[in-house]
Amino acid sequence: MNVGDVIAQKSYQLTRDTLVRYAAASGDFNPIHYRDDVAQSVGLPGVLAHGMLTMGLAVQPVVEWLGGDSGRVTDYQSKFTRPVPVDAVAGAEVTVVAKVGAIDDDGVRIDLTVTFEGQTVLGKAQVRVAP
Amino acid sequence: MPVNPELQGRSYPATAPYLVGREKVREFARAVLATSPLNLDPEAARAAGYPDVVAPPTFATVIQDATLQQLLADEDAGVDFSRVVHGDQRFTFTRPIVAGDELTATMMVTSVKTLGGHAMVTAESSIADATGAHVVTATSTLVVRGDE
Repeated sequence: MNVGDVIAQKSYQLTRDTLVRYAAASGDFNPIHYRDDVAQSVGLPGVLAHGMLTMGLAVQPVVEWLGGDSGRVTDYQSKFTRPVPVDAVAGAEVTVVAKVGAIDDDGVRIDLTVTFEGQTVLGKAQVRVAP
Repeated sequence: MPVNPELQGRSYPATAPYLVGREKVREFARAVLATSPLNLDPEAARAAGYPDVVAPPTFATVIQDATLQQLLADEDAGVDFSRVVHGDQRFTFTRPIVAGDELTATMMVTSVKTLGGHAMVTAESSIADATGAHVVTATSTLVVRGDE
C-alpha cells in the first residue's frame, strides 16, 4: 500500500426515501430535508441531503475495505462545503473515491473525495484507521 | 440576538444517559447505507470480538445531539437555530460505540470566532460510558449567519 493508492470507489443513489429514513434514524427532522417549500423559503433550490448522511455514507467504502470492521476507524472528520439537492424524481448520485493520504505509526489516513454532479461536497474528509 | 462572545469556554452539564439499543444501531446502519455484518448482525459482531453490534462511526451524532440542543436552548448563548449551518464535524474515538453502551455527553464550547458578520462556534462533546471511560469526542463547528 502506497500513498495515493485508490482503495475504494463507490457511487450511492440517494432518493427522498433515503432522506426520510436518515431523518428517522438520526432524529434530525429539519424540514429542509423533506419539504421543498420550506427549503425554498430559506433560499435553497429544494430538499437537501443531511450533511451527516453524506458524511455517514462516505465512510462506508472505507469500512468495506476494512473487511467491515468499522471499529478500526479512530478518527473521522469532514467539512460541509456544498449542499446535495435531492430531486423528488431523479434523486441524486453521490460518488466516493477513497485514497491513501498518509501512512505512519498511528496507522493510515484515508482521504475521501466526495462528489455530486462533478463537484466536491465534503472538504478535508479524512478517515484515520488503526494499524 | 448575536452570538455571545463570552460563550467560549462555557461548559454544560452531562446529558441524561443514552442506552444504545441494538435495533437503533441497525436502523442507523441501514440509514447510512452500511452493509457490514458487524453493524447489523450480533453474531458476526461477537465473532469479531465485540459484545454486540458495532455502531457506524457517525452514530455518535445521535448522542452528541442532546448537547447541541443544550446550546440552542441556552438563550444567553445567542445561537439562533434558524441561522445555523453545520460547518464541519469530527469524531475522535477511544473505542467504537456498541449496542448496550450507556452513554453520557458533556459539551464545552471551545471556540467562538466572528468572520464577516458570521459567527463560528466550535463545541466539543465528550462521550463517556457508564464506567466514566471515554468513548468518543464529537466536535461540531456551527456557522451562525449574521443579520442580512
